[in-house]
Amino acid sequence: MDFTIIAYAIPFLLTGAKTTLLISVFGVGLGLPFGILVALARTSRNRLVCTAADAYCAVFRGTPMLVQIFVIYYGLGQVGFFRSNPVIWWLIGDGLHAAILAVLLNTGAYTAEIFRTAFLSLPRGLIEAAEACGMSPWIILRRIKFPLALRQALPSYSSEVAIIVKESSLASTIAVLEITGWAKRLMSETFAIMDIFIITSVFYLTLNVVGLTALKLLERQLWFERRSTRRKATSLCPS
Amino acid sequence: MFETIWLLVVEQGWGLALLRGAFVTICIGLVGMMIGLIAAVPFAIARWQRVPVLSQMIDVYSIVVRGVPGLLVIYLLFFGSVDWVQKIAVAFGYRDTAESAYPSIIGILAIATISCAYSIEVMRGALEAVPNGLLEAAKSLALPRSVAFFRITLPLALRLALGGINNVWQMTIKDTSLVSIVGMQELMRMAAIAAGITRSPLLFYCIAASLFFAMTAVSQTLFGLAERHINRGFSGG
Repeated sequence: MDFTIIAYAIPFLLTGAKTTLLISVFGVGLGLPFGILVALARTSRNRLVCTAADAYCAVFRGTPMLVQIFVIYYGLGQVGFFRSNPVIWWLIGDGLHAAILAVLLNTGAYTAEIFRTAFLSLPRGLIEAAEACGMSPWIILRRIKFPLALRQALPSYSSEVAIIVKESSLASTIAVLEITGWAKRLMSETFAIMDIFIITSVFYLTLNVVGLTALKLLERQLWFERRSTRRKATSLCPS
Repeated sequence: MFETIWLLVVEQGWGLALLRGAFVTICIGLVGMMIGLIAAVPFAIARWQRVPVLSQMIDVYSIVVRGVPGLLVIYLLFFGSVDWVQKIAVAFGYRDTAESAYPSIIGILAIATISCAYSIEVMRGALEAVPNGLLEAAKSLALPRSVAFFRITLPLALRLALGGINNVWQMTIKDTSLVSIVGMQELMRMAAIAAGITRSPLLFYCIAASLFFAMTAVSQTLFGLAERHINRGFSGG
């Protein structure tokens, strides 16, 4: 290990880490609600909505992320309508925006799959009980289905977060310099391949560990809440 | 519009080039996956038996490779090996062969390295999930350890691992697209070349996407059949 190379590489990798973090934060922050919406669409009774959401998930889960990012960045720009529409052009014309859009659409499909299985695994009796109480579908979703499904889905979703951080590396293929893009540039500049690889992995592993720890804390929070309410409930009715 | 598509895909022969690329993709995926899986079995056994030192080293390998993007692993293998591959090739006088075959070999190795790390976890999980009672029964019948392993543990573990292997395969076939970045002539690279020459990226990347989709869909169906076959007699269990 050559420490001058490491000292030289770290500032560049830190700027890259900012971009990686930006893409990942958008991927999680927008991808999670989007994925939940798609999951709801897939479990809905409307045939058309259900088929459309199923098709979206199948396509984005069945093709590599690299193809998706290329179709969005290089392919869609070819269509005249997308070029003339300022909103769409803002989304796909810039490398960073296109990368965020691709990560968002990709993670949306996987998140939808996670939440769909979580929604399907909910006990039927609970929902029937809520319906019997006269709750509206929206209230059932907000107060019964969603909190329970979130607990079910959180462990699988945390591995999805790690995947988002890794997938954001593909932004480097459309000339957005994030950690992997900088690592490639540094590798061809300094020829210290192994050293650069080691520090870059440290960056990625740190990001993953931070993300996974945050989700584990959230998981524990949700679990604790359930336990404390149960304790409150038992203390309310004297045995 | 259809005329231009027909012209580009059929008459200029790009469709055939993409199909050839798809074939290369399947080959890289299969060979890489096979190497990864075969290497993963002894590694997984070492981790399962908790062999000191070796099992920690395997742990580090698997955590690092699963924690960093596939692209970075590919860069490491490509840039890290250019130097000594060239030296070896020149020393043995195979310079031309090495230069033409080099991307394929390193590409397959990179895919194998990535899929192996995931396969280790799958195999280890499967080995640990084999019920202990069966192993004790084998021991009480005084079966030699190797017989007990090859006739009882491994077949049962393979059945449990099939679902995980399916996931690793889906990921591997999608990871092969990354090898195109360093210049291997597979589906993605062909699509990029076609897109660059004909200036119609939308068409060719969409064709590439549908070819990838067809590959994953077909292999998903095959794995479904294999799963049904391997689970016969286990219904409900």
